[in-house]
Amino acid sequence: MSGLLVLEQLLNGLQFGLMLFLLAAGLTLVFGVMDMINLAHGSLYMVGAFLAAWLVGITGSFVLGVLGAMLLTGLFGMVLESGLLRSLYRRDHLSQVLATYALILILNDGVKMLFGNDLPLSAPAALAGSVQLLPGLNYPAYRLLILGVGLLLALLLYLLVQKTRLGALVRAGASNRDMTLVMGVDIGRLFTLVFGIGAALCAVAGALLGPLLAVQVGMGENILILAFVVVVIGGIGSIRGALIGAVLVGCIDTLGRSLLQHALREVLPPQWASAAGPAFASIAVYVFMAAVLALKPQGLFPVRA
Amino acid sequence: MTQPTRIFKQSLATALATSCLAFAVPLAQAADKVKVGFVSTLSGPSSALGVDIRDGFLLAVKLNGGKLGGLPAEVLVSDDQFKPDVAKQLFEKNIKRDKVDFMTGVVFSNIMLAALPEALDNNTFYISPNAAPSSIAGKDCNPLFFAVSWPNDAYHEAAGQFANTRDLKSVYLVAPNYQAGKDSLAGFKRMYKGQVVGENYTKLGQLDYAAELAEIRAAKPQAVYIFLPGGMGINFIKQYVGAGLGKDTTLLLPGFSADQDVIKPVGEAMAGLFNTAHWSPDFSNPANQKFMAEFQKEYGRIPTLYASQGYDAALLINAAVRDTKGKLEDRAAVRKALQAAKFDSVRGPFKFNTNQYPIQNYYVRVVGNNPNGGGLINKSFGEPILRERGDAYVQDCKMKN
Repeated sequence: MSGLLVLEQLLNGLQFGLMLFLLAAGLTLVFGVMDMINLAHGSLYMVGAFLAAWLVGITGSFVLGVLGAMLLTGLFGMVLESGLLRSLYRRDHLSQVLATYALILILNDGVKMLFGNDLPLSAPAALAGSVQLLPGLNYPAYRLLILGVGLLLALLLYLLVQKTRLGALVRAGASNRDMTLVMGVDIGRLFTLVFGIGAALCAVAGALLGPLLAVQVGMGENILILAFVVVVIGGIGSIRGALIGAVLVGCIDTLGRSLLQHALREVLPPQWASAAGPAFASIAVYVFMAAVLALKPQGLFPVRA
Repeated sequence: MTQPTRIFKQSLATALATSCLAFAVPLAQAADKVKVGFVSTLSGPSSALGVDIRDGFLLAVKLNGGKLGGLPAEVLVSDDQFKPDVAKQLFEKNIKRDKVDFMTGVVFSNIMLAALPEALDNNTFYISPNAAPSSIAGKDCNPLFFAVSWPNDAYHEAAGQFANTRDLKSVYLVAPNYQAGKDSLAGFKRMYKGQVVGENYTKLGQLDYAAELAEIRAAKPQAVYIFLPGGMGINFIKQYVGAGLGKDTTLLLPGFSADQDVIKPVGEAMAGLFNTAHWSPDFSNPANQKFMAEFQKEYGRIPTLYASQGYDAALLINAAVRDTKGKLEDRAAVRKALQAAKFDSVRGPFKFNTNQYPIQNYYVRVVGNNPNGGGLINKSFGEPILRERGDAYVQDCKMKN
């Protein structure tokens, strides 16, 4: 186990974590600000990936495809919020879970009717190779792009939430919604906007992961579970918590699948290590979540006092 | 599980029997139609396979003028929604209420194993167009169960043999951490004579394989073999090619990870990949030529191997009904006709082993440009990699007759 391999695995974990952050950012705001459990958040990620694949196919440009998918999915999210989800805010969580679960099924089959079961989406040819970061460490160029875009968006989102008036309203809404209403903020419009931004971030994640993962119906459900884990670890409603939680989850997941296996092989007999390693790697993230909840039940960065 | 045996024994014994006629088969009458219960996964993310099996099956019936074995065919198609309990209920309905003569259709082993007792306990034949687990090939073999597809680990055995013939001295194996994953890699290792430098059992449904790819790069194997069904395989192949591993390492795939349903979402990156299967779209036998032409005419897409299996399942039932002259009540005669398998399979030579699993050839295929235009398609090597291969479990099958 060389130091370079550890470094590469850390980069992999960071990259996976940043993509999880793009999903979790929208989810945590919707959950925190609107107190709404939106299971269909993963479906927006799927819609974004399909729109990107479709637009890249039409325009031939990866950048146009990603931007277009971001815009269209954001609009779609806003329409969805104002047309349907708004009426669910005052209902209890069970109704929200039921309605948004139905939405998953509807969107899955809707996408299938429009685009088919899957679409091809490849990385732009210019990014097909790998880049030498250090002697002996070549890293795929496309994954570096994901890292860069993820870091950039995280920074932009942080500035938006911490430094702008809109961000102040969002934070106010997350910590005390009723008080914010009383202060005369049009919280309905704010919610629609926040939901649109969350949907657009989902689309970026879907579009950027598209060349790495299968763009297929149902792709949102798998990743949604991890996004919820991130939200719970980071603290519901906290963007900073979502970022740190996502990077932690990404790194723990990746290192659990690589370094841990090597470590177990050092200390356990081979047949035990080969059985225990994969079993533990698949639950490492959840063990971490349980530990966080035991120590800090509100998550790492609680928003509500 | 004893009832079918009893009826078979008695139907053989009717000529001699003087007593205990309560279960005796009445003098078989020719039926006026054939009823087939077709239960498969037709909705949701995993539906592409079931849809292809259904389309292949119904195409064969249609080309036969809506008949099977000369009798009007009624195919009752229903969707198991990828749920074992739903499949079980649909089997029960088809068998007890609709009184079908044959059941078929299920894609996934776990779903089929949940529903299968409904058919076997009620003396109804099950013709498997896909799932063929090792348990039913061996100790749980059953006179009413016929696999017209391929044993679950056959493709992996063929891939292991291919690695031998290519003189690939070291290989790295990847599969999900569950029973089928371990069984599949065991199939590969049964044939492979080189060195296994790494075995990586990943999470079921894993999305990102960056960590595993880094491990593979560090292990420097000559070849990589994966058993990652569905979306997992698509993810792995895309990332494997994206990471540039394809340049010095050969990626070997089981046929179902390199068929049209994977080629479409992965795209150009599939070109040049080797995989093993019992069927290939370029087979030149007349049955396959007809199937390829008619399927593309009817549905406007290239069939997958699943479609070929659905088509063959219908041809097998057709032959059995034809050769028993429609006397479907006579289960022993129907079984004999099924065992004889007198049909022209799209895969070429085909016969049943004593456990009613296939003995057939397996081929290496390579993904390349479609000579008829329009993207990528599989092309087979002329010589089979495994010839007249059965399975490793047949000796455990004590078939009750």
